[in-house]
Amino acid sequence: MNIGLGLPTTMAGISGGLLVEWARHADAGPFSSLGVLDRVAYQNYEPFTALAAAAAVTGRVRLATMIAIAPLRNTALLAKQAASVDALSSGRLTLGLAVGARGEDYEVANVDSRGRGRRFSEQLEAIRDIWEEGKIGPTPKGRGPHLLVGGSSGEALARMARYGDGYMHGGGPPRAFAGAAAKALAAWTDLGRPGRPSLWGMGYFALGDGTAESGAAYLRHYYAFTGPFAEKIAAGNLTSPGAIVDFIRGYEDAGCDELVLFPTAPALDQIDRLAEVIH
Amino acid sequence: MRYAVIGGGPAGLYFALLAKKANPADEVLVAERNPPDATFGWGVVFSEETLGALRDADYETYNEIADSFARWNAIDIYYRDTRIRSRGHVFTGISRKVLLNILQRRCQALGVRIDFEREVSDINEFAGADLIIGADGINGLVRRTYAEFFKPQVAVHPTKYVWFGSDLPLDAFTFIFRRNDHGLFQVHAYPFDARTCTFIVECPEDAWQRAGLGSGAEANSIAYCQDLFRPELRGRRLMSNRSLWLNFVTLRQESWHKGNVVVLGDAAHTAHFSIGSGTKLAMEDSIALVDALRRHRDVNVALNDYEMERQPVVERFQEAALESSSYFEHVSRYASFDPRQFAFNLLTRSRRITYVNLTQRDPELVRTVDSWFSAAATASPDGAARLSPPPMFAPFRIGGLTLPNRVAIAAGPDLAAAARTGAGLVLTEFVSITEDGRITPETPVIDRTGQDILRAAVEHVHQAGSVVALQLGHAGRRGSMRPRVEGIDRPLRRGGWRLMAASPIAYTPHAALPKEMAGRDMAHVVTVFATAARAAASCWVDALELNFGQGYLLGSFISPLTNQRRDEYGGALERRMRFPLEVLDAVRNSWDRPLMIRISGDDWAPGGNDLDAVVQIAAQLKAHGADLIHAVMGQTVWESRPDYRRLFGVAASDRIRNEAGIPTLAGGNITTSDEVNTIVAAGRADLCLLDL
Repeated sequence: MNIGLGLPTTMAGISGGLLVEWARHADAGPFSSLGVLDRVAYQNYEPFTALAAAAAVTGRVRLATMIAIAPLRNTALLAKQAASVDALSSGRLTLGLAVGARGEDYEVANVDSRGRGRRFSEQLEAIRDIWEEGKIGPTPKGRGPHLLVGGSSGEALARMARYGDGYMHGGGPPRAFAGAAAKALAAWTDLGRPGRPSLWGMGYFALGDGTAESGAAYLRHYYAFTGPFAEKIAAGNLTSPGAIVDFIRGYEDAGCDELVLFPTAPALDQIDRLAEVIH
Repeated sequence: MRYAVIGGGPAGLYFALLAKKANPADEVLVAERNPPDATFGWGVVFSEETLGALRDADYETYNEIADSFARWNAIDIYYRDTRIRSRGHVFTGISRKVLLNILQRRCQALGVRIDFEREVSDINEFAGADLIIGADGINGLVRRTYAEFFKPQVAVHPTKYVWFGSDLPLDAFTFIFRRNDHGLFQVHAYPFDARTCTFIVECPEDAWQRAGLGSGAEANSIAYCQDLFRPELRGRRLMSNRSLWLNFVTLRQESWHKGNVVVLGDAAHTAHFSIGSGTKLAMEDSIALVDALRRHRDVNVALNDYEMERQPVVERFQEAALESSSYFEHVSRYASFDPRQFAFNLLTRSRRITYVNLTQRDPELVRTVDSWFSAAATASPDGAARLSPPPMFAPFRIGGLTLPNRVAIAAGPDLAAAARTGAGLVLTEFVSITEDGRITPETPVIDRTGQDILRAAVEHVHQAGSVVALQLGHAGRRGSMRPRVEGIDRPLRRGGWRLMAASPIAYTPHAALPKEMAGRDMAHVVTVFATAARAAASCWVDALELNFGQGYLLGSFISPLTNQRRDEYGGALERRMRFPLEVLDAVRNSWDRPLMIRISGDDWAPGGNDLDAVVQIAAQLKAHGADLIHAVMGQTVWESRPDYRRLFGVAASDRIRNEAGIPTLAGGNITTSDEVNTIVAAGRADLCLLDL
């Protein structure tokens, strides 16, 4: 299992300079990918823009949207943005897509959230055709960016098995990931897709004195839209080396291919602290 | 801290005493609407695990409980005038009244104030409390007041049930099944002391109506049930205690707390009585809540912690309870089972106990089931063999064909590799009857070159000791797609071919529009299916599986979502089945070996075929000579609502096998031999498609 690192694009007050430095630092470390989150109605950086900046200062890590909310975006522009980041990074983009969970993002973007599942399926059906047709460049090499699909419903898993290269899980303890992964594999088999899907997972961490409290506060804020569930997500923040090691082992046992750990404290020392734990 | 507990049942009292014990300076008040000794219900059941938790939480009450409970380790199943006893299960039961008295005394000794006969009509009566605990049951004030925040989902079960007591001395958890002119009645009975047992009677609503139990007084119900279960009651009587016929209600709630208000026990969640866990879950909630309050200074954090700890546990029980209640609601479909299989099916109903678990608990019973199963599978004398293979390795006879075991495997292009897994049945990938019936350019066609390759491959499978079922179909509107490594249902952009289907509806937004089949198209397809069947026979194929599901050509006729024809091939189910049955008849006439049909057990889409329809479909296929049904799920339409949980196809297989009376192959996320043994021994399928 590979370990990736999150880029703290959703943390309050983080400067562009720090994000770029973060990406450079991660590329030097033991991480195999850099992940970004996506929101509209929030103080965060747009994911493709952030990955483009990261592409310029990295040469090794994969760059992953975890996930980008597809139905908020025009399909042709989404395909073009993804192809552009993929080309800028010499084919290092992992495009994670899903419908997202926040009604507010749809409201702000003035997109109807009703029927978003169906529209998303149509986007997935179209996006590879767009890349392959070559009308909207830069035309990617091969089949185009590594395409992962998220979501926990049966519809989402069927969509993943039809059109994706794998599954992107939305976070939670290892047993939640294991349950979702088993269903993803079942959908893949049921629809008759050869091979096996890539399985990506994510978690949150904060290491060092005083970061547990501020990390939990950040998660409560970021997930406030989930109501009381935000508290559960905050409680799942990994705040000790032991907790991280257990979490990694749990994901590995559940068949995860790439586990991306997102910071909940926005200081560069977090990268070194995490690197020390996973070594 | 000041705690106000609304409801003095086991959950409320246990919370109160644990909270007071944890911090004697806290004020704990319990408001109970009834007087101290007016308790309802008879006995409650605990597992060993729960008793351990009760011992750790409060040793004093545990000791008293342990002094007065009944212990037993057997389950008796009375069915068709036989009794099957299964051992190795540990239960303990205690009278609900005794339990409440122990808890009340302990509360009072610790200084908990209990206001009996206090009816709370407004939560604001406790405005001064730091934490309000709703332990007032499923219909209680607290849950109702906060429904907007707790977001309840309430499911009313279709059967009627009533709680009686009896002076019948039992030494086992006892299930009794008795059919009379009114219908099938069942009893769930368990002892709670040496002289008394709980005696729950359950029946379908129509049987209840026919028996006149809806209108009669309580005494009439008692007389009726006493008479019905006279042999098992052995002259003892049934006793009532506000014993009303009810429909069980399963309650789930998204959240169990809001501000300084929290619910536990039945006010938070319920699970069907047939797995006997209501009081157990309630008291475990109390322990978890007090623990969380001790760990965290902040009440809100504590309540979240409590909820996070308990919700996954409760969800698992609710899932098992749902499987269990569904079993009892449909138990009449197993009425022709041999008592040994009936017992195995009953014991494994909730999926918490599997073949392996039962082997650990009761090896003798499993040996008996293995022996019966194996003898039935080989037509040997019943009970002669003491050593039999597990059901997965019993042979299966279908027509003149014998499969060496109960496992089927979905093969890729290399049939020999599939046979080397040891599976008894190698099921081929989709093979098209014609060029234009292919799914993708890579789909094999049973033409001349195809036959030479197939013949050689079949020989390899036979050498490995397995048999081959050839899956034949026509892709219909799911044709002209790209190779499956590139994705599923992605239309070919060039080099495609013309599609046809029951009605001109494209499978995906970008897929080509199929032509509505005309009469001559149908006649042609019938002929080609028959020709393909003869070709398969000449290739030494052992069985055929016709694909009548998953949105392919014949499936498109069967589903009302995709068949909008106005001629005699569209409309009601009988008419939608007409063309598929014509194909079946033609194949049956040119193929005398076993014939399997693959159908979608559920369209997984609103307005589509559901399990009720599929049982009828299977019955028609059986009447036209099908030997076995392979129930798959969904894929009828592109936009569907699938459910990929473990064993997701088994429910369809179970219903088809035991309601339409035809052997089945079950599939759907079956991954272990334990699952295969459990499904097959329980009679939910004859064969299992194992995902390796």
